[in-house]
Amino acid sequence: MPVTRGFFGKRRPERPDRLPPGQYDTGSSWPTLTAEATPQLDVETWTMTVDGLVGRPSSWSWREMHALPESTYFGDIHCVTTWSKFDMTFRGVSVDTLLEIAMPLPEARFVMAHSTTGYTTNLPLEDVTGGRAWVVWEVDGRPLPRGHGGPVRLLVPHLYFWKSAKWVTRLELMERDRPGFWEQNGYHDRGDPWLEQRYQGDP
Amino acid sequence: MTDAPAGGWTTGTIIGLDHPTDRLVRLRLHVEDRVDHLPGQHYVVRLRAPDDYTAQRSYSVASDPDDPLLELMVECLPGGEVSGHLHDVAEVGDVLELRGPIGGWFVWKGDVPSVAIGGGSGVVPLVAMARLAHRLGLRDRLRIVALARTWDELPYAAELQRYGAFIALTRENLGGRVAAPPYHDELAPYVDGAERAYVCGSVGFASYATRLLEETGMRTDAIRVEQFGETG
Ligand SMILES: Cc1cc2nc3c(=O)[nH]c(=O)nc-3n(C[C@H](O)[C@H](O)[C@H](O)COP(=O)(O)OP(=O)(O)OC[C@H]3O[C@@H](n4cnc5c(N)ncnc54)[C@H](O)[C@@H]3O)c2cc1C
Repeated sequence: MPVTRGFFGKRRPERPDRLPPGQYDTGSSWPTLTAEATPQLDVETWTMTVDGLVGRPSSWSWREMHALPESTYFGDIHCVTTWSKFDMTFRGVSVDTLLEIAMPLPEARFVMAHSTTGYTTNLPLEDVTGGRAWVVWEVDGRPLPRGHGGPVRLLVPHLYFWKSAKWVTRLELMERDRPGFWEQNGYHDRGDPWLEQRYQGDP
Repeated sequence: MTDAPAGGWTTGTIIGLDHPTDRLVRLRLHVEDRVDHLPGQHYVVRLRAPDDYTAQRSYSVASDPDDPLLELMVECLPGGEVSGHLHDVAEVGDVLELRGPIGGWFVWKGDVPSVAIGGGSGVVPLVAMARLAHRLGLRDRLRIVALARTWDELPYAAELQRYGAFIALTRENLGGRVAAPPYHDELAPYVDGAERAYVCGSVGFASYATRLLEETGMRTDAIRVEQFGETG
């Protein structure tokens, strides 16, 4: 592709090794991106469910979730709208913990994450296991703000952030992949930022 | 699956460029192998430095799908890497890397009776919708509400006014309307009968306008939001 006449670039990253292709470091700001109106979610009535192809479909209340062993993610996040944010700390429960209880059946290969808003996003099961995905309610020591998916969201930091469904309420295990909300609207089914899998048709 | 069109990486040549105000630049591009968009969709513009460093940002399409050229309207942000280049450096004849159209959610095909509310440069995708509605004689199906501080800060202000948009300026009087955010009774006739709402603008604007629509009787799950930029 041709060089853009007169363009030299201003936001050259200080840590290019940490920036996937096409991303820039947003520094201290944390942009929000939502396709729907932000819901008012009541933790007293919210539940987290793991069902579909599992041996033991399970649900947890807010309190029961907090009684599970806690787990922390420290690292970077990457949004498909091209910002990345370094060194964030999220706290919650590892998806592995939920799956240990719900016991996925051998034929389960994909997950659909559902939000209270009806938002969905699809993921390969292997992307939410092995210590790579969480259900979180705290960021940098504070309750997760509503605009960022609070009180509780999915966190899958090694994939673009639309996979980290805000206001998550259910993980449905499936044998076959099915497109979620953005995936039906032109976005990639896997969304690996290092492979720059932004839109359908990307490698 | 979506029936929204999608296009891969291509290039576009700047055929027309003007500055409607001192903070806006309008680009009219000839796009190689263009895939026709739906109003509401956007393109990604990628700038490439001699050392192969790139910067890419999204820009909504302003043009009618029927327009032979692709029109973008970019607001120059202070220190903005991409908007600054497009505003201050780009010239007719330059070739830009482009990808699009993108997006299948924030689109209006002319079918569902809708209200669309944009703040500042957030009116850009609404202009594409309004141009389609105007060409097809569907003006009853799309009502537009545009907010800005001043007339000069509102891209396409005169064109939107011609299409019958309700323009609410918050820092400047407009005709007989005193500077103020929109009142609920001003909005009500635009929301009444709309089966869907589109909200577009900065993050702050989007949450404000969403609340305003809900208070005026719009169902939350019928509101589609497109957010520009980052104030988060
Ligand atoms: C779907 C979509 C559609 C869009 N459509 C349009 C459109 O039609 N028209 C339009 O004008 N915009 C649109 N946008 C916004 C656009 O994509 C860009 O975000 C915008 O042009 C700013 O990009 P930039 O490179 O100029 O600014 P950036 O360089 O990204 O900076 C943005 C702002 O943050 C400040 N900033 C950034 N980094 C730093 C830093 N390290 N320190 C201090 N300040 C900093 C800059 O000074 C600037 O004010 C759209 C966005 C989306 C997601």
